[in-house]
Amino acid sequence: MTENDQGSSWPTVADRSLSAAIAVDHLVKVYKQTRAIDDISFSLPRGSITGLLGGNGAGKTTTIATIMGLVLPTSGRVQVLGHRMPEDSASVLGRMNFESPYVDMPMRLTVRQNLTVFGKLYAVKNLSDRIAELACDLDLTEFIDRANGKLSAGQKTRVALAKALINQPELLLLDEPTASLDPDTADWVRGHLERYRKANNATILLASHNMLEVERLCDRVIIMKRGRIEDDDTPEAIMARYNRTTLEEVFLDVARGRVNGAQEAAR
Amino acid sequence: MSEASLHRGISLHRIGAMILRYWYLLLSSWPRLLELLYWPALQVITWGFLQLYIAQNANFFARAGGTLIGAVILWDILFRGQLGFSISFLEEMWARNLGNLMMSPLKPIEFLLSLMIMSLIRLAIGVIPMTLLALFLFHFNVYALGVPLIAFFCNLIFTSWSVGIFVSGLVLRNGLGAESIVWTLMFGIMPLACVYYPVSVLPVWLQYIAWTLPPTYVFEGMRALLIENTFRTDLMLSALAINAVLLIASFGAFLALLRSARMQGSLLSGGE
Repeated sequence: MTENDQGSSWPTVADRSLSAAIAVDHLVKVYKQTRAIDDISFSLPRGSITGLLGGNGAGKTTTIATIMGLVLPTSGRVQVLGHRMPEDSASVLGRMNFESPYVDMPMRLTVRQNLTVFGKLYAVKNLSDRIAELACDLDLTEFIDRANGKLSAGQKTRVALAKALINQPELLLLDEPTASLDPDTADWVRGHLERYRKANNATILLASHNMLEVERLCDRVIIMKRGRIEDDDTPEAIMARYNRTTLEEVFLDVARGRVNGAQEAAR
Repeated sequence: MSEASLHRGISLHRIGAMILRYWYLLLSSWPRLLELLYWPALQVITWGFLQLYIAQNANFFARAGGTLIGAVILWDILFRGQLGFSISFLEEMWARNLGNLMMSPLKPIEFLLSLMIMSLIRLAIGVIPMTLLALFLFHFNVYALGVPLIAFFCNLIFTSWSVGIFVSGLVLRNGLGAESIVWTLMFGIMPLACVYYPVSVLPVWLQYIAWTLPPTYVFEGMRALLIENTFRTDLMLSALAINAVLLIASFGAFLALLRSARMQGSLLSGGE
């Protein structure tokens, strides 16, 4: 369902997208005069963790929202777990989940009530057992019967993560999962995501400004700038290409336009 | 929530989950519960005493006992029904929870059905005590209307849902900047619905507009019942037919506004 639907032919990525967790093909999103996403294509294999990097306004959140079906593309296609989004979202929404700083868990409900409601929405079997398991894994037990609005930022993030994991998703979309967390809690969240991916062979796509987080977690990095993909490779390959030792230095090079001819050719 | 999957398998389980969510919310705040009771009670007491006073001083109102207080109760069914629907929807906007719901397997039709059921629950909490107050303070037993009351109620609640669905779509598309429409739109309908006076009072050209609104038929029907002891089934059937059209149109408008919200990317922001 796009503004400029280009018909049913999409043979170039059809085979790839069947096995891919996410397949994005020539995606464009224009808001009035602004090209928020400018013809991007990528495909994420199942079981991978990919970082989406870029400055403010680079198009990360719009890309994730389009993959989730919350935003309709102007043109191009998105397939998630082998199904076109958003046309066939009913087939996949129960198998994926997300966490974003742009949405909150209802503040007046307790943690247990929130998880119960979302567990029922996702038709989670043995829900009370699943909530107990998440409470134990994410250390929620102490405040599980407290209203969400009365929790600290770190506790709220863990609750949001519990909601994102309630249905044991095959695909997890995370927008700034550790924003506003202290280093200890942020590190703890990263550790949990790593363990979850390994245990469930889940695919994770995360947008982040935290380069250390991306270096630690991701086996692939997509760098965006002004709605376009500037680079797409493993963290090590990207750092080597830019002749840098950290992704933060690469990020600054891209953000400030310090890209040399060799890197252009590599792209 | 998928538009395309609209007609594929409505899940009572998911509707139940949403009702549970709103039930938890209601129970979490006694001021919200109290507010549900407070305004209807205040309305019926004020208008009840006014009716008593007028009845003591005017032959017509002495003969047409209950038309004012009956109108107040029926108007509250219409107004509170819409508010009950819309406030549950606004709760999601205020809580910034809409993104979570839109990303869940919940379908638009399931979301709207849960809001309809919540409007009935909220209405029951507010209006049943109101009717009991009318009975004990003013000896007006709205339940004595019998079967016609069911016809009045159904027509009013259908209209309230249509308005609720439409304004929720507007808020979805335009963010909380459109919130005031939720609180005021029904008052725009009020003069044309002829709640407290017959349609014949309106200028002829305005009567044509008034007859496009289902509540007009209900309030005319109520007056016919209380003053002439006649149940006008023709009025109720006409109202039902218009309500069917309004419900379909409002649902179509909601889906169009939801699609527009997806185009504009306003589902994630939802702000002003």
